[in-house]
Amino acid sequence: MRLRVRIVLVALVLIVGLAVARLVVELRADDLGPDAPFAPTAQQIERGAYLARAGNCAACHSARGAPPYSGGRGIETPFGTVYASNLTPDAETGIGRWSAGHFWRALHEGRSRDGHLLYPAFPYTNYTLVTREDSDAIFAYLRTLPAVAAPIRPHALRFPYDNQWALAAWRVLFFDRDTFAAEPKQSAEWNRGAYLVRGLGHCSACHGERNVFGATDEPLALSGGIIPMADWYAPSLASPEEAGVAGWTVNDVVALLGTGSTPHASTTGPMAEVVARSLQHLSEPDLRAIAIYLQSIPQAPARQRISSSGADPAMLERGGVIYRKHCADCHGDDGKGTPGSWPALAGNRAANMDSVANPIRLVLSGGYPPSTAGNPRPYGMPPFAQTLNDAEVAAVLTYVRASWGNTAAPVRSFDVARHRQGRVNY
Amino acid sequence: MRSAVALVLALALGSSAIAAESSDGMAKRVAACTTCHGKEGRATSDGYFPRIAGKPAGYLYNQLLNFREGRRSYAPMTYLIDHMSDAYLLEIARHFASLELTYPPPQTLGASSALLERGRKLVTAGDGAREIPACVQCHGKAMTGMQPAIPGLLGLPRDYLNGQLGAWKTQQRHAAAPDCMATIAGRLNAADVEAISAWLSSQPVPVPSAAVPMTTAKLPLPCGSAPQ
Repeated sequence: MRLRVRIVLVALVLIVGLAVARLVVELRADDLGPDAPFAPTAQQIERGAYLARAGNCAACHSARGAPPYSGGRGIETPFGTVYASNLTPDAETGIGRWSAGHFWRALHEGRSRDGHLLYPAFPYTNYTLVTREDSDAIFAYLRTLPAVAAPIRPHALRFPYDNQWALAAWRVLFFDRDTFAAEPKQSAEWNRGAYLVRGLGHCSACHGERNVFGATDEPLALSGGIIPMADWYAPSLASPEEAGVAGWTVNDVVALLGTGSTPHASTTGPMAEVVARSLQHLSEPDLRAIAIYLQSIPQAPARQRISSSGADPAMLERGGVIYRKHCADCHGDDGKGTPGSWPALAGNRAANMDSVANPIRLVLSGGYPPSTAGNPRPYGMPPFAQTLNDAEVAAVLTYVRASWGNTAAPVRSFDVARHRQGRVNY
Repeated sequence: MRSAVALVLALALGSSAIAAESSDGMAKRVAACTTCHGKEGRATSDGYFPRIAGKPAGYLYNQLLNFREGRRSYAPMTYLIDHMSDAYLLEIARHFASLELTYPPPQTLGASSALLERGRKLVTAGDGAREIPACVQCHGKAMTGMQPAIPGLLGLPRDYLNGQLGAWKTQQRHAAAPDCMATIAGRLNAADVEAISAWLSSQPVPVPSAAVPMTTAKLPLPCGSAPQ
């Protein structure tokens, strides 16, 4: 008996000791040695500017109205607010004292210049796949920005998330350094798309489902998830009922990513920002590569849909009255929309998703696709948060989801009330 | 600066390129605006949202940029226009500026005559001792604004006027530097704000309600939004 207790105790001490040792290893940064000379070419700088757009770095690393890349934007997470850093070459508050090696280590390993661990709100779980060559090009570009001295805002994270040991534990569980390995069986175009989607594009940061620790379950899956804090649902790219594009033409995917709209789908909310700031600036070959990769994602089989037949007839009737008053002018009595201006709601994937987050947000907040070269003067959806109460929003959405062949589940007032508390995403 | 140059350019180029297109479904493209700002951008005095119809294009354009770039904060507004190009924002501004509407008479506010008189005095004569210029010096004798970028002050809800003057005082609302309205609002006390809002919101909108051409050689304060 005594011996058993002893064995258990020794085993426990060993396990704890190993765990602590593992964390100590995680916390320790390698010495990068003296800075290697870095003399970027004009071509490298231009390439870096393009890649920074592909990574949409400026979206997080610029506060509204402040100089681009000067940091300070608060990224809200379930664990507190992480303030994006200043990427301009200011010595005190920016990355003026960083070497190309430091920058590469930040992308590849998620460590700051002094070796401390960075929070994965900076998506190094994706950026770890970025090549050293691309990292150097982005660094070269950032060095050309005007240096901006901007006060460094400390993160406002709750205990224990504000602790490097906790972050080290998170990394042991959910992060491994990686490099992009091309699939020899796939085309060069497919591999380019995979590299952009999984790496710089960090699509899984939104389109991946997150667990309670804020980690995407399958690191690079695109099976859809609620974007933390923003209260928008980033639909699954692996589902024909959500945002999968396996059945689309490549040209339609390229048009959606490059212009924000196609005749049968458009981007609003957080995706409008991605198109506006990043995707519309990508080259046609890169957009095609992304499209080809996205089309190859294995599509989940169609689910047994929850039927809308359970909708309360009185609610449907009330929803129909609201629809004819507020919606039919643009979307049509028949739900067929107005081609080129307003989408059809009959068969509309966004309106009929199992997650009711986006339909509710669209009715409450409205929204426009971005102005782009291909769609410079977008039509938009009015916000009805001021006009319709929770029960009315639920009724009209329930009506839409049960009409013209749509068979999606009813929307409850309770759902609308929950999302009304959500903030618009910026 | 970039936006100021764009504005000057656009106003100088006049109607040509943009106006040629602006009849193309503009009313429908801006359906999201009129949900709150009233039919055709004509808000009434019983709500909060300001009218936008008939205000000078330069003013409306500046406000759209202010919302997009964080100098004004109203999340639902910023959200809607966040990813619109300067050219499209200007087109939207010009669309609403071009509307010439008639407005219903203002509602009776129940403000005391002393309060209204105090408001009238501040609006029409200012207060020299406290270096408060009269509103009419910049916003026009008829208070319908001055081209290209100074807004009219009539046809706006009392709560909205209170809200804006208060926002300037508490530095929640900003405009391009030098921010003349922030300076002036800083010199107003709460009772002044109450009086000005009460009096302005009780005045009828004259016909025509369009902003007049700039008549002042020199504004009393330098204004980044209306550079001279």
